[in-house]
Amino acid sequence: MLRERALSYLVTERFPVFWCPGCGNGVILGSIARTLARLGLERHQVVVVTGIGCWGKADDYLDTNAIHGTHGRALAIATGIKVARPELTVLALMGDGDCATIGGNHLIHAARRNVGVVAVVSNNFNYGMTGGQYSATSPPGATTSTSPYGNPERNFDLCALAEAAGANYVARASVYHVRLLDRLLMEAFSHPGFCLVEVLSTCPVYFGRYNRLGGPAEVMRWLASVCVPRERYETLVAQDREGKFPIGKLVERRRPPFSERYATLQARARQLVQQQPPPER
Amino acid sequence: MREESRVQFMQGNAALLEGALAAGADFFAGYPITPSSEIAELASRRLPARGGIYLQMEDELASMAAVIGASLAGRLAFTATSGPGFSLMQENLGLAIMAEVPCVVINVQRSGPSTGLATRPAQADVMQARWGTHGDHSAIVLCASTVQACYRLAARAFQLAERFRHPVVLLADEVVGHMRERVVLDREEQARGARRRMPNCAPDQYRPYQPEADGVPPLAYFGSQYVFRVTGSMHDERGFPCADPENAARVIERLSRKIQDNAPEIWSWSLWGTPEPEILLVSFGAAARACRAVVEEYTQKGHSLGLLELETLWPFPAPIVRQAAARARLVVVAEMNLGQMRGEVRKAIPDRIPVLGANRFDGEPLTPGDVRRCLQESGEKSC
Ligand SMILES: Cc1ncc(C[n+]2csc(CCOP(=O)(O)OP(=O)(O)O)c2C)c(N)n1
Ligand SMILES: [Mg+2]
Repeated sequence: MLRERALSYLVTERFPVFWCPGCGNGVILGSIARTLARLGLERHQVVVVTGIGCWGKADDYLDTNAIHGTHGRALAIATGIKVARPELTVLALMGDGDCATIGGNHLIHAARRNVGVVAVVSNNFNYGMTGGQYSATSPPGATTSTSPYGNPERNFDLCALAEAAGANYVARASVYHVRLLDRLLMEAFSHPGFCLVEVLSTCPVYFGRYNRLGGPAEVMRWLASVCVPRERYETLVAQDREGKFPIGKLVERRRPPFSERYATLQARARQLVQQQPPPER
Repeated sequence: MREESRVQFMQGNAALLEGALAAGADFFAGYPITPSSEIAELASRRLPARGGIYLQMEDELASMAAVIGASLAGRLAFTATSGPGFSLMQENLGLAIMAEVPCVVINVQRSGPSTGLATRPAQADVMQARWGTHGDHSAIVLCASTVQACYRLAARAFQLAERFRHPVVLLADEVVGHMRERVVLDREEQARGARRRMPNCAPDQYRPYQPEADGVPPLAYFGSQYVFRVTGSMHDERGFPCADPENAARVIERLSRKIQDNAPEIWSWSLWGTPEPEILLVSFGAAARACRAVVEEYTQKGHSLGLLELETLWPFPAPIVRQAAARARLVVVAEMNLGQMRGEVRKAIPDRIPVLGANRFDGEPLTPGDVRRCLQESGEKSC
């Protein structure tokens, strides 16, 4: 039943998907389709905004409105859509390069504005599309196609970044933790304001291979081993937290979303203009 | 705007905003920059009370992106900027061209490159407006020389954007943007508000990139009964990625031809002084104002001198230029740059007619004296 309804949100005629064997993106795509089905959202009320990258091709398989835009700008496009038509459900699907690196500035400002967009970030710790170069989420020391001697940079904690910038809802799962992912997406899709769900994902062809993590199954096992439920993570001492990712719901706030604030502003403007039109320049 | 005050004394930037409002514009996203900031300020003041939106984005990359998003969500969306911001917008201007998203970009030009003379006028973005974004494409670029033209062309820009499903760039410059002149806020402009060509097929039949006879595909909006996808990647008529070379050639060609083949509809210009003159000035924007003064002076003295003022810079109105130069023995292109338009004029008219440039690129407005000097140095004995 759910399976059939979820499939109705997918463009199955374009299967098999473009992603490599062992890539986690299909898992995230499935979870998104199930969430749309569970919420019974109408296709014409949903807009999927993608950036550029492997995960940026997810819109090819989603049978909703979509714009496949430019690398890093998905959240800025999504902001325009959501602000223009607040009743739409707007999803921004981005890779770690898209969201945390080239689009990092748009991320912090979308979170700060608390614009009602759900960002679903596939974090595979590298630029999959262009051959596995390091991104702003590649762990320090990691080998990638442009860090053959180890990544000299520190990585972002994407969820902490979104929280600090003001997101209303922040959560993390991995493609190993599918039930958790389903639950978090359900929450995010129904939560007003800016929501970010980071999904740690596998890229066995690049990140896995360069870091000798093994084949798809081993990379999945590695992923499972670095994820720690948030409650347990909080009991760990700093040293034990190194290289680990807390998963689960991380932030849940009820700050008024941008569109709500803007509607108030419009009402105030209307009132003021009626009382006394602003002086012309 | 109070109803009684249709005739106003107003700044060019304010008239640009009023023209946009007259066309029905209801979404602005931008990032402030001199000499365009008044447009943003006025948009923030005027839009919310009318149910419109003023969105101040984190930069011009985001501004252009938000404008595209809002247009797809059914708004008449625009932004305003100047050189450095216009450079940042090139990436998503390309997206608007490829995805075929109507929108308007106002560029109140200032002196460059880079920060240049930040508060001084120039007309040096003529070629950037044509070729600033990568890849083969066509461009619709208008240019205003008076406050009245700011008003009229701003409204026109939205009409053309929706008509061709294409971004329209409206150029002004620091002189025109900041000068104050009498302007009539013509109600008719409002009646001619920009309208989107919506699909009228059944929702499951809609193909967002299936062109009508004129090369332009109808565009729905997100939230309507039509579910559709747009993309900056090469695509088929449904908007799905498509690497077929034949399809790619067809799309690239159509994107250009929908503009080129309908160019006469886009062209607007005006002629001053002697019709089909012996000496023809060609100019646009603030520089055209200096030319008008020279035309008046010289024709009074009995010289055969005329001005072709271009309002449409791209698609370049070559036949109009050729026609205006039909009897000319000298053509002078007056512009506040090193001669960007001169090359286009050169290409448009027979080789035997010399084409000189009256140019200014020091951050100062081009003056009648600059044009006069060029005429005198041309060896034209009559001047
Ligand atoms: C402006 C710009 N710079 C660079 C690129 C090349 N590029 C395409 S995708 C990509 C990285 C994608 O990485 P990520 O966002 O993590 O997605 P993934 O492929 O890993 O899913 C890059 C650098 C581009 N398309 N546009
Ligand atoms: Mg990635």
